[in-house]
Amino acid sequence: MSGHTAPSLLLNDEQKMLSKTAHEFIRERAPAARIRSFRDSRDEVGFSRELWNEMAELGWLGLQIPEDYDGLGLGFFDLCVVLEQSGRELMPEPFVSTLLLGTQTLLLGGTEAQKKALLPGIAAGEMLLTVGHEEASSRDDSSKRATVARKSAEGFELSGEKIQVLDGHLADRIIVSATTSDGGCTLFLVDPADAGVTTKRQFRIDGLNAAIVKLDGVAVHRDDIVGELGGGATLLQAVFDRAAVGLSAQMLGASEQAFADTIEYIKEREQFGVPIGSFQALQHRAVSVYTEIALTRSVVLAAARTIDEAPDEVPRLASLAKAMASETFMHAAKEAIQMHGGIGVTDEHDIGLYIKRAQATYMTFGKPSQHRQRWAELHGY
Amino acid sequence: MSELDDFRAEARTWVRENAPKSLWGTSGSGPFDGYWGGSKCEETDPDVLRWRDLGIEKGWTAPSWPKEYGGGGLSHGQEEIIHAEMKAIEVPRPVAGQGLCMFGPVLLKYGNDAQRAQHLPGIARGEVRWCQGYSEPNAGSDLANLQLKAERDGDEYVLNGQKVWTSHANLSDWIYCLTRTDPNAPKKQMGISVILADLNTPGITVRRIDLISGYSPFCETFFDNVRVPDENLVGTENEGWTIAKAILAHERSSIGRSIARQPGSAQREVVARTRKHLDVADGPIPDPLLRDEVASLGMLEEAFHLTLARIQQSAASGTPGPEGSITKIVGTELKQKRFELGMKVAGTQGLGWEGPGFDEDDLQYTRDWLRSRASTIEGGSSEIQKNIVSKRVLGLPEGKT
Repeated sequence: MSGHTAPSLLLNDEQKMLSKTAHEFIRERAPAARIRSFRDSRDEVGFSRELWNEMAELGWLGLQIPEDYDGLGLGFFDLCVVLEQSGRELMPEPFVSTLLLGTQTLLLGGTEAQKKALLPGIAAGEMLLTVGHEEASSRDDSSKRATVARKSAEGFELSGEKIQVLDGHLADRIIVSATTSDGGCTLFLVDPADAGVTTKRQFRIDGLNAAIVKLDGVAVHRDDIVGELGGGATLLQAVFDRAAVGLSAQMLGASEQAFADTIEYIKEREQFGVPIGSFQALQHRAVSVYTEIALTRSVVLAAARTIDEAPDEVPRLASLAKAMASETFMHAAKEAIQMHGGIGVTDEHDIGLYIKRAQATYMTFGKPSQHRQRWAELHGY
Repeated sequence: MSELDDFRAEARTWVRENAPKSLWGTSGSGPFDGYWGGSKCEETDPDVLRWRDLGIEKGWTAPSWPKEYGGGGLSHGQEEIIHAEMKAIEVPRPVAGQGLCMFGPVLLKYGNDAQRAQHLPGIARGEVRWCQGYSEPNAGSDLANLQLKAERDGDEYVLNGQKVWTSHANLSDWIYCLTRTDPNAPKKQMGISVILADLNTPGITVRRIDLISGYSPFCETFFDNVRVPDENLVGTENEGWTIAKAILAHERSSIGRSIARQPGSAQREVVARTRKHLDVADGPIPDPLLRDEVASLGMLEEAFHLTLARIQQSAASGTPGPEGSITKIVGTELKQKRFELGMKVAGTQGLGWEGPGFDEDDLQYTRDWLRSRASTIEGGSSEIQKNIVSKRVLGLPEGKT
């Protein structure tokens, strides 16, 4: 808000209702403890398809998808209302891959045919989409990308290897970035069933599912380019900004839940004959976490609002939201463990799940220091 | 919503048409920025006085007070809008100060009709300046330990004792005091009464206190057999603690808001000082660690402003809630970080106290940095604010203090 009036940071009545419904549904049906059972059973999917379908029926997967493609035609802000609640219980369902990376890429750069073919399926919960961008050699610097797209008669042939592709183990389509002969970056829509694509499941600390996606001369048609030829880097940046905001909404929810569980714990846990929450040393640290969460809530809501209403402000606010939400979630997760004491570092207790997700989200879509650097650039210093 | 939008357009037009051009861009536009007035005021700037008069005439020095007391009869939402419009062009409020933002709203709620009629119009018109008699040498963070004695004698109270940190007592006309009317009350929060005193009353002595910055608005105020009429008691005798807390809530919120200058101004200030002292005309700050620190400050600043906006949007009512405690904690932290960073980039040029070899801006900045250390202490220290949030917002059990 450089001098002008602040955006509306309040939820309207429908959004409050949506938030409440989602909160109750997720608390009841999708407790964070699921992360542990998916891990221990080496579940092949790694999340619940049934739950994903139910959320599709509730309309949550198509909230932001335009009505022309069988969605509800609401805003990114509405999607963030659900994302915040999904973050509370660290849901491993494919929100980030399908609703953030995949859907935003289509909405920002997809052709009419691509949107018609894929968005209705996403809204219905039948289509899982993801983006493969990270490579072993280009983790922080996408210009070191090794995946190439060689021109062929029909279009292009893709070769390379993408790592930590979220839900890449069972996505129905994967959008991958590749370098063309002129050195530019272009995005291509790939069907993992096509010849030359192999995926290998990866297991991470945070319970999100990922895969290594190997492309060995995969033939793609010209029509499978997403966005402009050579326009991949710009498009991806815009997608990552939105994804960073959506992820920040999840981090906000996760911070709130970890904090709420911790407050509840220190009110009950007694040592020296009194609840440990009566100790000022813990109280003041709790207030610090509370304050950071309050600040983070403001920036996440503002960033979500700009995506719908002030596109020029998105880069600045996305960096603000991602940097602050990352630091807040990490701080909340660390304090949650410390205040739980010994039980907090056991695998048995759910509170330890939060720091694993905090570490993963901290590193996803730009670390805080990278966002602060971009913030400085955007402000001319 | 559209009604408030209409009002915003009206307020914008009025403020821009009436605020003297010389005052544009000169103020943080907070509750303490503007003409403080009172009988000892020596303001001579004709534009300041004209702006004051226009504000009084419109009823917009105290927009949400009833018209009969010199206010504008508007809602708190409308008042927010008027203040936001003044802030948008950085003009001071036509009249500002503790009477308007702290004492007045509480007198409106807890005072009787006679007291409202006696005191509020003078505050709204900037004719009577008020100061606060709260802290004492042995009652700082533990405010309820206050001992200024008020004994009834017929239809008068006799005041004996001392107040400290009475900001601007030397320039004020009246003081609202927390007094001890029942020294035998079972709890120290009981037996406290709010009593008003004209500072011209015989027996009152005011002495200034210098701070580490070399100057200060603060005073000590001594009471030696000071007689005030019992009609100066606000609310019920011995039940003043509730009123005291209400004024403190307004103070916290006002301090938070007064720190909230123009969004982005702290970052701009620190970047400008960096360019000046490190001789970087434009482009990126070469030191990546320093740049990261400046960006952290800029982000905290924006988050603070967005949070103030969110609180204002959700709280249409006039009583600041516990969120006020957070705004003071964060606002004062932001202020201190800003000055620390501004001092850091100045290096040894920030070490000047006075005299040759230092420019005026740097000398002033250093004094302001020193002054900023008080911000996390005055108006309830950050630790006290955290105690309040811990108890009232988080519901944590009270500890043994």
